Amino acid sequence: MTAKIVTISSGKGGVGKTTTVANLAVALASEGKKVVCIDGDIGLRNLDVVMGLENRIVYDIVDIVEGRCKTRQAMIRDKRLPDLFLIPAAQTRDKNAVSPSDMIRLCDELRAEVDWVLIDSPAGIERGFRNAIAPADRVLIVTNPEMSAVRDADRVIGLLEAEEKAAPSLILNRLNPSLVRRGDMLSVEDVYDLLRIEVIGIVPEDENVIMASNKGMPLTLEGKSRAGQAFRNIARRLAGEQVPFLELEAQNLWERLARLGRK
Amino acid sequence: MSFFERLMGRKSAKSAKERLQMVLIHDRTDLTPAILEALKEELLAVIARHVDIDPSTIRVELENEGRSQRLIADIPLRPAARRKS
Ligand SMILES: Nc1ncnc2c1ncn2[C@@H]1O[C@H](COP(=O)(O)OP(=O)(O)O)[C@@H](O)[C@H]1O
Ligand SMILES: [Mg+2]
Repeated sequence: MTAKIVTISSGKGGVGKTTTVANLAVALASEGKKVVCIDGDIGLRNLDVVMGLENRIVYDIVDIVEGRCKTRQAMIRDKRLPDLFLIPAAQTRDKNAVSPSDMIRLCDELRAEVDWVLIDSPAGIERGFRNAIAPADRVLIVTNPEMSAVRDADRVIGLLEAEEKAAPSLILNRLNPSLVRRGDMLSVEDVYDLLRIEVIGIVPEDENVIMASNKGMPLTLEGKSRAGQAFRNIARRLAGEQVPFLELEAQNLWERLARLGRK
Repeated sequence: MSFFERLMGRKSAKSAKERLQMVLIHDRTDLTPAILEALKEELLAVIARHVDIDPSTIRVELENEGRSQRLIADIPLRPAARRKS
């Protein structure tokens, strides 16, 4: 096996990076791929709770880097999907406990063992971000259709250009189709016009996302929520499949009826 | 903004896009509107030393093409015949 190393980043916090990592990891592992997620947010560990694995942590990434355990020992296996693993962040250390070359070394070790490594980048453009992008073969930028999220995404894209990394792809999260139709939210086309990088996914605003993280059960594990479907589609596109974008317009029956009425 | 838009209250996504377009150009190039204005003044001074120009017709702007920006200067020249020497 030669894993693809994919880093999920954004600049701004709270746009949906951790949600994206958890859902893509579950979607890829459900297709029978071996997946390791790495929580890169040292000091603000979160991926463990979103994935529902918080009670099983013994070792973390700093233990690996400082040689207190083997990499395998810090990989928590998901009970629902035996090919899904999490390497948690350390909660009581700071970001300088890990360096970009530590990340490259760790990912090189994982490369031979698994199909996908997904790295959850912290917010910001400092050390944690540098750590997260250092080993990446591919970077996905998550943003929201909103001023400061788009601006910060542009900043991160610029930094990746300066590093001469392969061009990143964009995930537009929390799109509200009725606000877009009303002219009060940036559309997918607007955001593409501004950022000019390939769009790999469009995820609607969906209350199921919050319910899923309450339960520690990523949406892509089960069910037919629209956000879950959107994340499954992104996972398939990551794997190289051509998948059409969801029709986000007819979001529910009422809106569909309203649109029929207008015709 | 058209009269109609003013009447209806402007759609906020449109302002967001226009404002972001300006902000991103300045973030990407590190050029503030003030620096751009100074650059324009100096450019005009240099050009005016060699050719006859009308400052009010000059356009110096940043444009973007994909993810890269360029500085566009459009400087109409006065016909030689009408030049006062
Ligand atoms: N598509 C969505 N619809 C509704 N809520 C969302 C969506 N995506 C993310 N959220 C919520 O937004 C918050 C921030 O998401 P998170 O993934 O933790 O962001 P980040 O890791 O970028 O800081 C969480 O409460 C999450 O449940
Ligand atoms: Mg996060």
